[in-house]
Amino acid sequence: MNTRATESLGFRQALESLAPRIRLTLETAREVVKRPSALAGGILLLVILMASVSFPVLYHTDPLAQDLLARFTPPVWQSGGVWSHPLGTDNLGRDVLSRLLYGSRVSLLVGFTAVFVAELVGIVLGLISGYYGGKTDSFIMRIADIFMAYPFMLLTISVIAVLGPSILNLILVLGISDWVTYARTIRGSVLSLKRKEFIEASRAIGTHNIIIIIRHILPNVISPLLVLGTLRVANIIIWESGLSYLGMGAPPPMPTWGRMLAEGRVYIGDAWWLVTLPGLAIMFTILSINLLGDGLRDALDPRLINL
Amino acid sequence: MLQYILKRLWHTVYVVIGISMISFFFIHLSGDPVLLMLPGDASDQEIEELREQLGFNDPLYVQYVRFASKAIRGDFGESLYYHVPVMELVIERLPASLELAVAAMVFALVLAVPIGIISAVRRGSMLDMGSMLGALLGLSMPHFWLGIMLMLLFSVHLGWLPTSGRGTMAHLIMPAVSLGLSLMAMFARLTRSVMLEVLSLDYIRTARAKGLREEIVISKHALKNALIPLVTVAGMQFGFLIGGTVIIETVFAWPGLGRLVIQAIFSRDYPLVQAIVFVLSLLFVGMNLLVDILYVYLDPQISYSEEK
Repeated sequence: MNTRATESLGFRQALESLAPRIRLTLETAREVVKRPSALAGGILLLVILMASVSFPVLYHTDPLAQDLLARFTPPVWQSGGVWSHPLGTDNLGRDVLSRLLYGSRVSLLVGFTAVFVAELVGIVLGLISGYYGGKTDSFIMRIADIFMAYPFMLLTISVIAVLGPSILNLILVLGISDWVTYARTIRGSVLSLKRKEFIEASRAIGTHNIIIIIRHILPNVISPLLVLGTLRVANIIIWESGLSYLGMGAPPPMPTWGRMLAEGRVYIGDAWWLVTLPGLAIMFTILSINLLGDGLRDALDPRLINL
Repeated sequence: MLQYILKRLWHTVYVVIGISMISFFFIHLSGDPVLLMLPGDASDQEIEELREQLGFNDPLYVQYVRFASKAIRGDFGESLYYHVPVMELVIERLPASLELAVAAMVFALVLAVPIGIISAVRRGSMLDMGSMLGALLGLSMPHFWLGIMLMLLFSVHLGWLPTSGRGTMAHLIMPAVSLGLSLMAMFARLTRSVMLEVLSLDYIRTARAKGLREEIVISKHALKNALIPLVTVAGMQFGFLIGGTVIIETVFAWPGLGRLVIQAIFSRDYPLVQAIVFVLSLLFVGMNLLVDILYVYLDPQISYSEEK
């Protein structure tokens, strides 16, 4: 009984300490929704996410099933199109719509998780670098310089070429190559924050450094990273499709937008839909993320409105 | 100034050492580089011979020192596929890649700066909103897909431009446009926002109050200051162009380093991959160094003594 009372008290305290943060989140959401372009981006992204998640349930044509008799069936609105393949079929008679839907899962999965990996690495190194300073700081920043000086695309291509293409490798390589921006941003905010009185006060009463970093510094420096992260998802998805196009993305026969474009490129004269539709899918996904990201940035940081 | 440049040079030296390490070590990521270079059915004897020939039996640091000391002299060994010194291939292909990158950069800048200025000056007009929407679309398009779309329109349907290869101006147009379009979008947005900021400053109001014509205020007073961030970003984006050439060259069968590196990867020609990766990174670092120096030169207000 007693323990349960303290537990619920603990929960209540936790909830109360979270309240300002929840309020801030709600306010941000309201700011984002107020901007029509950001709202449109958000809705578009939501639609894409839902289509991607609900894929095998609502539309259950196998993306790998071949039907050589139905090769190069055009989309349904063109003469020769059929309703069983609304967006047509490819050179092996595979259904384009289900391949697009499957491809959206690969792109979104890689995009979001790679950014998560990059943020994780960047935040940890940035916090350490900014908080401890000195030799640790200059060591981490020198490594960051080297990463910055290395053309990103080449780094990922060469590492994937050696490790072999797989979704996990793709996430790790894209994530680890992209940590520098986050680390630098965090480091900058930490540097200015750590001279504030409340940090000095908690250091004076003997709070452990790790606790200061996690409880007092991290919550105050994380919001710019949210914006940065959203916009980076767009870039990562473009890179993922590029690597896929080159044959270095997810391993075959997994359908990805990049691979669909590479395969369609061969039949560019015969089947326009094979090279057009996957590109449109990438473009609308990126556009929705960019619109939402711009809105988030404006909402969180009004100083940047015109940029 | 001199001190700053020296510091910047020192910075470049350790970055280059770091790059040489990455270029050297990445082929060891899989454990045994020899297995990567040979087809799956190679005999044990062949594996052992190649390993001995390429010196993979030595300790790693010995191999690295050997790689680095040869690399300084421009010697990256012999291509496993073409059987000629790797550097010869790189030098042969480099001009094509540079041509493409420079053409894309020129295309992007020449269009983006006027678009950005007009959008800023006529802020809120249909023209502004239209070009900014266009810029957003441009940023959202993967450049290799744009290349394919241009090819579909101008080569397949209209038959105006060749789909692949290098030689004439007509060959250059589509690769350069597809490589440069997202840069153009980015530069246009940047020019617009910087111009907006500059146009709201006091010295512009003074210039207008003096009764100067608006064109002079914009071209002589505002643009000069707006160009500084543009130059920096353009320089930094050179790296993006280098990465972008890899895919665009593959799409248009452009005979440059980007296409060569992909072919080298698929033919398991790792000495060639190492050399291309190293040379392209050096190019990128050199470009960054140049931009940093130019930056200080362009804007005397940036105190290089603050650089820590």
